[in-house]
Amino acid sequence: MCPLFYLESENMSATPDLECKELTKNFKDFKAVDQVSFDVPQGSFFSILGPSGCGKTTLLRMIAGFQFPTSGDLLIKGKSMIGVGPNKRPVSMVFQHLALFPMMNIGENIGFGLRQRGVNKSEITTRVKRVLERVGLPGIEQRRVEQLSGGQKQRVAIARCMVLEPDVLLLDEPLGALDLKLREHMKIELKSLQAEFNTTFVYITHDQSEALVMSDNIAVMNKGRFDQIGTAKDLYFEPANAFVAGFVGDANRFEGKVASVDGEIVAILTDGGVALHGRATQQRPEIGGQAQIYVRPEAIQLSLTKPDATYGRNASERTVDSVLFNGANSLAILRDATSGETMNVALPQTGAFLGLNKGDTVYAQWDPAQARCFPAGE
Amino acid sequence: MVSDKSKLGFYLLLSPLILWLVTLIILPHMGLFAVSMSEKVGVREYETGFGNYAVFFNEPLYWRTFARTAFMSILTTALTLVLGFPIAYYIAKLTRGRTKTTLFLMCLIPFWVSELVRTYGWMILLRETGVLSNFLLYIGVIDTPIEFLYNDAAILVGLVYTSILFMIVPLVTTLDSLDDSLIEAGYDLGGTGTSILREIVIPHAMPGIVSGCIVVFMLSLGNYLTPILLGGKDSLWFTGLIYTQFITRFNWELGSAFGFLLLGLSSAVVFIGLKLSRQSLSNTMGR
Repeated sequence: MCPLFYLESENMSATPDLECKELTKNFKDFKAVDQVSFDVPQGSFFSILGPSGCGKTTLLRMIAGFQFPTSGDLLIKGKSMIGVGPNKRPVSMVFQHLALFPMMNIGENIGFGLRQRGVNKSEITTRVKRVLERVGLPGIEQRRVEQLSGGQKQRVAIARCMVLEPDVLLLDEPLGALDLKLREHMKIELKSLQAEFNTTFVYITHDQSEALVMSDNIAVMNKGRFDQIGTAKDLYFEPANAFVAGFVGDANRFEGKVASVDGEIVAILTDGGVALHGRATQQRPEIGGQAQIYVRPEAIQLSLTKPDATYGRNASERTVDSVLFNGANSLAILRDATSGETMNVALPQTGAFLGLNKGDTVYAQWDPAQARCFPAGE
Repeated sequence: MVSDKSKLGFYLLLSPLILWLVTLIILPHMGLFAVSMSEKVGVREYETGFGNYAVFFNEPLYWRTFARTAFMSILTTALTLVLGFPIAYYIAKLTRGRTKTTLFLMCLIPFWVSELVRTYGWMILLRETGVLSNFLLYIGVIDTPIEFLYNDAAILVGLVYTSILFMIVPLVTTLDSLDDSLIEAGYDLGGTGTSILREIVIPHAMPGIVSGCIVVFMLSLGNYLTPILLGGKDSLWFTGLIYTQFITRFNWELGSAFGFLLLGLSSAVVFIGLKLSRQSLSNTMGR
């Protein structure tokens, strides 16, 4: 997984394309979106990442204008959108199932928005032609929607929005319906389309790899709130809380009682009686309280021979429970001999561990600075 | 061997349908056609010819009633569509769960009583000493009772009322299958209520509109009770003429010819309607 990073727009001081101020949406007594504030600078790719039911769809629908916030303000290019209908907003949305109009051909689909604006026929024809060229599908105006492949529909849906030159393009998990190979391909394609059009994209997804690969900035949403806003690297390496650490990327989670706190390094004693160390950057857990430690599978180093105790902490002797071969993402599940706890460790496919089998003994250790510790009970 | 058996099964399953078609539809119509082609030249003397059809075209009362029936039925269909579409849209798109079922049932409730009773209900409302006339007298809009019955408007009201369910059901079914996100996408792309209705909702609902229209048109055209009861003796309806020929005048030959003309008329109007809306019969009635 190699995140692509693009430079943020140079004039950061300019009015952001999209700005939310303490946006709240209540459904009866349920808070779907709770005091969410953020802004998205012009030309950037902003993702909202969260599990299903976290309120991200409600948030997106408020930006599109299909739902009105209970309180708070929503500004697009500095103008408040409260009370403005979806057909009057300078935003366009790519729907989850794309919502291409099956009763029209591709040209009519893309021209729909222009027709609503009263653009004349010849102008519509040239603009439709141009936008189809830009998304790499020239000359398909006469085709029917059902004649296109999944990826082509995707691009047509984006073209249908982009032909209107919106200030903000909203995308509601548009890759969800595609098969894996195509999804991987479309991730890269979406990112390059965004660079090509230089339009602000707001993308919601529950798939962390989509968010990590494409976004300039990602907001992790949970239970109606933003837990953290940051770049993909920030979220991955400096998660703000236990939820972000567990949701973004894979992680091994250990829970136990805090035994000692030494500066940022916290030691916990798991229920199985193993002492583990991690770094607490945000809230410092208190001694005697419950805490959780999150370790990335790739942060754990393996060796077949007993290492000399250079940093001793977090080192353990383990037996291989199973090897899950998945190419570059291969994992080994290791069981601790004394506590019986298991953890997933990334298996480098460099040849050293090719012969690793169930029942073998290996030595695992990790740098406490690579693990994150959060107080439990959030 | 297996294919022989499955073929036998196929024909066995098909036989009730064929029996129904042949004995109840094709045979009577063949008989009717034969009767319509025989001219009465004397007592128990008949000649084959188009004489009965010639009578129809030579007597203005007959073909004017024919044209009037066709026109009123088309008007009924149009009115039913205009009234039924918003109701169907409301049921299909703006309600959920129990409300939807309740509203659907409420459309159905009038059909639990016979058409005769329903039509008498309208007569109670519309007659000179009826509910509507008395109410208008009471609030002082009029000072002498008004007869609302026995005119074309009363016939239209009755026909729309008896046939609107057959418009609403296919419309609700097709509108139900319209994905809400298409309407939202329409708004998102700057569409207004009218343009979305015209470009997205109606094209999607077209099969339902056409099938509802076909059913309502045929029901109105072939309706006998409502036009006779609500229209009175001045408002002629073609089925009334057929009844007269068969029952009052004992002129089965002319009555059969009229029956065939009505069949021709409904087929022609449905055909033209399908051509105009660019739908096919299998696409509209087959779902």
